[in-house]
Amino acid sequence: MEWNFLAVLRDFDLLMLGLVNTLKVTGLALLFGVPLGLALALSRLSTFRILSGIAGFIVEFFRTTPPLVQLFWFFFALPILIDVRMTPLIAAVVTFSIQSSAFFAEIFRGGILSIDKGQWEGAKAIGMTYGQCQRRIILPQAIKRMIPAFMERSIELLKTTTLVSTVAYTDLMFQANELAQKTFRPLEVYTIVAAIYFVLIFLFSQLSIAIEHRLAKSGEGTVR
Amino acid sequence: MSEILRIENLHKSFGDLEVLKGIDLTVQSGETVVLLGSSGSGKSTMLRCLNFMETPTEGRIHLNGELIGTERGGRMRYREAELCALRARIGMVFQHFNLFPHKTVLENVMEGQVIVLGRGKPEAQDKAMAQLDRVGLAEKAAEYPARLSGGQKQRVAIARALAMDPEVMLFDEVTSALDPELVGEVLKTIRQLAEDGMTMLCVTHELGFAYHVANRVLFLHEGTILEQGEPQSILKAPATDRMSEFLEGHSLFKLPD
Repeated sequence: MEWNFLAVLRDFDLLMLGLVNTLKVTGLALLFGVPLGLALALSRLSTFRILSGIAGFIVEFFRTTPPLVQLFWFFFALPILIDVRMTPLIAAVVTFSIQSSAFFAEIFRGGILSIDKGQWEGAKAIGMTYGQCQRRIILPQAIKRMIPAFMERSIELLKTTTLVSTVAYTDLMFQANELAQKTFRPLEVYTIVAAIYFVLIFLFSQLSIAIEHRLAKSGEGTVR
Repeated sequence: MSEILRIENLHKSFGDLEVLKGIDLTVQSGETVVLLGSSGSGKSTMLRCLNFMETPTEGRIHLNGELIGTERGGRMRYREAELCALRARIGMVFQHFNLFPHKTVLENVMEGQVIVLGRGKPEAQDKAMAQLDRVGLAEKAAEYPARLSGGQKQRVAIARALAMDPEVMLFDEVTSALDPELVGEVLKTIRQLAEDGMTMLCVTHELGFAYHVANRVLFLHEGTILEQGEPQSILKAPATDRMSEFLEGHSLFKLPD
């Protein structure tokens, strides 16, 4: 067995295209998933029973079903039910937006509930409405506490997006499979792909640690 | 003196537990009323009903002659927007300060003015600095609350409430969480407010404060006002056994005169 990276590096632009698509799916899923997660969390915390019940069901459903099943459902099953043309990208973004919103909802909910009741009272006592309390007083403090869990979940999301290769979306994993078949060099291809994921996620988690330490300095963080 | 607050037949229950069993009280403008009573007597609940931190189960509250809420089907109904507007007119200070830790002292005192009253930032800042100066903390304006002592935090909380130009101030055991040597500075601040003519209701365990600052002392017991009167008479010669016991319990270990 001899290592030969040259054959793989010749087609490195294929992998780069895959990486861009992986980042695209992850970025779009975050873009839609985070606000949706906040909406689900606020609904679940609502005193309006029907609303909190529905939000609770959505969150639990998407947390307890495998992401691959969800992806296949949106890609193959949904177009049978309603008249939509699913592209792999749309299916991937829809699946991972909703799936990660369920997890983000729980992070938001935990963050909001962790804020001392006195903060609500202090804000309410100067005449703030529920929305003003939430926006100005509770969420800014809750979000600081959420950052580690939020980063963790985003990394999970990035890793889970490898599943989209199964519906023929040209992400990094899909391109790797193609390249492995083309070059007959799976060992080198998957080694390089693993290294790309490692560097990407390692940088991301270093960034997350740096943010946590900055927050700790202002006395609001989770690191002491 | 004119009437500023009138409470009629105030009841409050939490589930099966009836905490307030019919309170009637009229407070005159500029008056300092101290509420005494053992824990569970309902004094904090009563205070919290006045700015609707708790919604009364029954009864009417008038502020400056206007009835809060509307009566429909024999019950009082309250709209959230009306209650928010009411809370902006009544200042409240809490045992645990409840300052906003992510905002500076100045921002804490400006927040309600800008967000609730819609004041412009320059005006709110001037007002905030004036109130911080009043409580002796103008030089701490740029600090975060975490850098302040308990007594300083509580004085900032007082400034935050005052900056809203409240018609009435409510103090809910504001010195109970403080180290003993910090109690004095907070009580002095409140006393100064009383002398400036602020109308206030204070729940406290500081009998000395009640004696020297209050115009009237109420003694609550099991959800009703058991006794009330001028502090000099009621604290020296309580009419009921219950209040005598309460006062004795509070002065068991006194330094000899």
